[in-house]
Amino acid sequence: MPFRWQDRQGEMKYAIETRGLNKVFGSRTAVRDLSLTVHRGEIFGFLGPNGAGKSTSIKMLLGLVKPTGGVASVLGAPAGDVAIRRQIGFLPEDFRFYDWLTAAELLHLHGRLCGMSSSTLRDRVPAVLDMVGLASHRSQRLRGFSKGMLQRVGLAQALVHEPGIIFLDEPTSGLDPMGRRMVRDIIRVQRERGATVFLNSHLLSEIEITCDRVVFIREGEVVDSKDLRTVDQEDVRVVVHARNISQDAVSGLAQWTETVQLESEQLSFRVRSKEVLPDIMRHLVASGVNVFGFTPERVSLEELFVKIMGKDSGL
Amino acid sequence: MSGICVIAAITFREAARRKILWTALIAGALLFAVFAVALHLQVLEFQSRPMSPFLRYQVESGMLMIGLYTCDLLAVVMTILTSIDTLAGEISSGTIHAIATKPIARWQILTGKFLGFAGMIVAYVAIMFSGTVAVAYSVTGVLPEHPLRGAVLIVFECILALSLTFLFGTWFSTLTNGVLVLGLQGVAFLGGWLEQVSGFSQSARIVTLGVVSSLIMPTESLWRRSAFEMQTPLAGSLSFSPFANVSIPSMTAVCYAGIYLIIALTAAIYHFHQRDL
Repeated sequence: MPFRWQDRQGEMKYAIETRGLNKVFGSRTAVRDLSLTVHRGEIFGFLGPNGAGKSTSIKMLLGLVKPTGGVASVLGAPAGDVAIRRQIGFLPEDFRFYDWLTAAELLHLHGRLCGMSSSTLRDRVPAVLDMVGLASHRSQRLRGFSKGMLQRVGLAQALVHEPGIIFLDEPTSGLDPMGRRMVRDIIRVQRERGATVFLNSHLLSEIEITCDRVVFIREGEVVDSKDLRTVDQEDVRVVVHARNISQDAVSGLAQWTETVQLESEQLSFRVRSKEVLPDIMRHLVASGVNVFGFTPERVSLEELFVKIMGKDSGL
Repeated sequence: MSGICVIAAITFREAARRKILWTALIAGALLFAVFAVALHLQVLEFQSRPMSPFLRYQVESGMLMIGLYTCDLLAVVMTILTSIDTLAGEISSGTIHAIATKPIARWQILTGKFLGFAGMIVAYVAIMFSGTVAVAYSVTGVLPEHPLRGAVLIVFECILALSLTFLFGTWFSTLTNGVLVLGLQGVAFLGGWLEQVSGFSQSARIVTLGVVSSLIMPTESLWRRSAFEMQTPLAGSLSFSPFANVSIPSMTAVCYAGIYLIIALTAAIYHFHQRDL
């Protein structure tokens, strides 16, 4: 039975909820006190440098790894609950399977494991293969697939049973630009269907286009989050070309920003919302600054990532 | 239950595709050929000089046991080599992730895989055992005393080895798993021979060592019980052979092997359930 959030509205508040989730391997803490919530129907980005604990966190949510402490729930059930996995799709980071299976056989197998009947799969398998652009390769064995094709068929097995929540670990890995666009389109279709998507990717530009909200994780801890839907509230970098920039004018900017840089006739700073820009302009003019240019620029997710993680974060 | 069946079916297909299985089948075909030629030469030898039919029957039965012993060795080695990678390899490669996140419990995954391999073992032993017996019967007219009991015990022996590759596969890498199970098989083999040697030396200590070896790894005692069931009493009385009746494993030893198998499989399921993937 395909999952529809409309079927279960009101039964639970979050698709994913974790509180104080921990994982310790020997003397190394992989995930430390991870507390996050993912709303139903949300496209959620999970960001962090290599070794930050992202994959371990996903594995704990999927029941592959047992937490050392804390609690996690997925679709209202404890993480790892067997029955709820019928509503979960997962694309591992480096998808691989028995390479002697054909693409259609692979999807049929995974569909059967999800409890789908053979008659349902007869129609569903060609449709999903078509969705990931492998319709003409349905009878080809996986051993003849390129990395990108394997990624596509991996995505197909995650979607074959129309899950309510989909975990995608580096879904665009190995894909060409057309493949990446396909992944974006598929994620959009899942959103329209009402499914939740939990996306882990190093391609921040993809995340920026696709996700509703992101959290940043470093050394196993959530260090920041950002709602990408609220454009008015996002970080804005402002570059001001001006003369007669007094010290009073610069220090007066402290009420809006802490990151003022002055170089010759160029003043640059970052603010949390573009709503404050008219006030800043009025302040500069009132301080006697001759403004020739006032250019607000959106701060990219990548810049934000580097700012949060630091330059030596391992990327 | 359907999840177990799906996993068992795909595992059977996976196991049946292993090159080692086909190599073992080719080795089996070679065994049939060599065995047939050897039996034929023996028949010619018997025809060249007068010999009592009773003694001739005993010698031909002994040769049949040699064929079945080779068949047993091939089956055990094939079982170990085909199955050492199924859990350890899939865990290390991450292949297991796509299965373990499906709505199927881990015990069902392991049980399904176990049943898939068990099915492959039954098929392999059936082919090898019936082939060996058919060759012997067609050339000499000799049949084992209790072929079904013997074949079941050989399958039991292989499935016991399988339970260990599954147990160690949940703990160790493919290579370590293979070394451990083959090493234990070596211990069992040595233990079986030590018990036969005791027929000459009458040393209680050697017998004890052999019994301890059989307790550590009871596969060889299952073969010796199988040989006891299949051979004629006279052939079994030859004291220094892999099929000698010097120390016949009792039904208690067979039951011990059964308990051993259940404990190994339960421990494998428990550890597979507990471990991180």
